[in-house]
Amino acid sequence: MDKQAADSGQTFRYDATASPDACLQLSGRLDVHAVERVWSPLRRRARELAEGTQAAVTLDVGDLEYCDGAGAALLHALERDIERAGRQVELVGVQGLVEEQLTPYRELETVEPARHETRGGLLAQSLEAVSRVGQAAYSQFGFIGELTRALGSAVLNPRQVRWGDTFRVAEAAGFQALPIVSLIAFLLGVILAFQSAIAMRQFGGEIFVANLVAVSLFRELGPLMMAILLAGRSGAAFAAEIGTMKVNEEVNALKTMGLDPVRFLVLPKVLAGILVAPLLALYANMIGLLGAAVVMQGFGIPWTAFFNQVTVALDLSDLFTGLFKALIFGLLIAGVGCLRGLQTASGAAAVGISTTSAVVTSIILIVVFDGLFAVLFYHMGV
Amino acid sequence: MASAEPVIKVRDLTMGFGDFVLMRDLNFDVQRGEIFVILGGSGSGKSTLLKHMIGLYTPQNGHIWVAGADITTAEGKAREAILRRVGVMYQMGALFGSMTLLENVRLPLEVHTDLPREAMDAIARARLQLVGLGEFADFMPSEISGGMQKRAAIARAMVLDPEVLFLDEPSAGLDPITSAELDQLILRLARSLDMTIVIVSHELASIFAIADRVIMLDKESKGIVAEGNPATLRDTSDHPWVQRFLQRADSADSEERST
Ligand SMILES: Nc1ncnc2c1ncn2[C@@H]1O[C@H](COP(=O)(O)OP(=O)(O)OP(=O)(O)O)[C@@H](O)[C@H]1O
Ligand SMILES: [Mg+2]
Repeated sequence: MDKQAADSGQTFRYDATASPDACLQLSGRLDVHAVERVWSPLRRRARELAEGTQAAVTLDVGDLEYCDGAGAALLHALERDIERAGRQVELVGVQGLVEEQLTPYRELETVEPARHETRGGLLAQSLEAVSRVGQAAYSQFGFIGELTRALGSAVLNPRQVRWGDTFRVAEAAGFQALPIVSLIAFLLGVILAFQSAIAMRQFGGEIFVANLVAVSLFRELGPLMMAILLAGRSGAAFAAEIGTMKVNEEVNALKTMGLDPVRFLVLPKVLAGILVAPLLALYANMIGLLGAAVVMQGFGIPWTAFFNQVTVALDLSDLFTGLFKALIFGLLIAGVGCLRGLQTASGAAAVGISTTSAVVTSIILIVVFDGLFAVLFYHMGV
Repeated sequence: MASAEPVIKVRDLTMGFGDFVLMRDLNFDVQRGEIFVILGGSGSGKSTLLKHMIGLYTPQNGHIWVAGADITTAEGKAREAILRRVGVMYQMGALFGSMTLLENVRLPLEVHTDLPREAMDAIARARLQLVGLGEFADFMPSEISGGMQKRAAIARAMVLDPEVLFLDEPSAGLDPITSAELDQLILRLARSLDMTIVIVSHELASIFAIADRVIMLDKESKGIVAEGNPATLRDTSDHPWVQRFLQRADSADSEERST
């Protein structure tokens, strides 16, 4: 069905003769399919020929019916292989198409790479830009369906996932968020501890501040603060990145290359979100406790007493419900960010709109889901 | 040059968005190996027509055959097979901003072939050289000019030696010399590498230089007002709008103005 194959049944062949003269004769269609097959064996053969002779090696391309860019790459590689083995190459039978295809390879031998400013590794952080035009029909449900399918196939076939991208996003969304998460979580712990300590002191129950702070951080505030920060930092970034790609037609370019934008762009971000959110929440919990412990020093509760009380107060269920919530928040934030990005209309202003709407939608969903989880966990008794 | 079966057949194509109809009942063929130019005023639907031809949009009515298969109904593998045989340069270039030019041009090879990395690099480099960017292979798109980005996008569009190359305004915004060089490149691709090239263009000077055939879209009548060789149309068409469009091109040409 291929044009190549349809035009002529002639498949690519090569004949190598070592004597009297070393000669490599190519015939048929030297297209990308042929090159896939013969790239290594043919080059090995050419080197053998070159090593087995004292004279020049003839490369006869006169019977080639067709030669595409890949074919020319192979011809050029063959020439270089023979030359590297210290023999001359005599290229015979070069005509129109082969000539035309070979020209840029020839020219490249004399081209010096232009110099440019060193660029920061940060550039590699956005695998995307912008496409005009609306394939507006990315309905929410269609998106959820495609995302579920992509996630499913990622579980079944983890090797398809672009892990490099996933870890790059995870680094930006997780590791680079540590300073701001530390700051906010620490202050949150300080404020919580301080406010409750003032009240508790009236009853001489300062030590129970540990219970209060630990349970509210682990169950509620740690995941929630983390989620809001993640939405503001990374949800917005996802929407802007994919939105820009949409406006630049990069998303269309992906599609015409046969790459599924959900798999190529969205999946790594969503996986990174799922991966990073619980870790960040856990980290926020720890730092929050630290902040509280510092405050309690002022109320005469020593470190060991405080942390002992924390271990008494906390259940495993407190920890895991919190982390589970964080995981769901991560999924929501990344999913909404990417969806808003893909829904971007055309023009630079549209990217701004998508970004805003990604953050607003995420925060609304976080609060709604937090409420749902409260009811759910209450009924489950955890 | 034209063989019996056209590479692209458009039949009764009606396109639009929602209730809004942009063009009604378009019918035309693109022959193998020809340079086919889509003309029309701004907003007449040229880019939209191109996107229908590569299956990004679904028509409101009608069918489009590309390389023998109906792209308006093809799905999955069949659709991939068609897309494998076309190359597209978008109006805005659409290079991936986080990849170097080399990586951009290599991407279609990675997606569609099993060539060794070394071969893919060699091919991508040669294609960049073909559009005059051999020395910039390791640059990011943001580090080169707009005209260079367009050329890099053309290199990416043709890296798989497509049967049909779609170019959306390749020379818009380029200076006359660069744009003339681009015309030469397009001619060489069509004549030496035997590609069929479909171009959306406003650049009248370049249309007379390269086009085998043009169609002109008209927003008012929502259809094709003229079809044929541009020089012949200029000399024979009695449609006032076509006359104005092409005459202006001609005078622009003689005054050596670029736009
Ligand atoms: N995704 C879309 N949704 C709704 N309307 C659209 C969409 N894409 C294009 N249009 C409308 O279709 C019309 C034609 O747009 P198109 O981009 O095809 O014009 P064009 O002929 O390529 O113009 P130009 O020469 O300025 O590039 C415009 O009125 C535009 O507003
Ligand atoms: Mg356009």
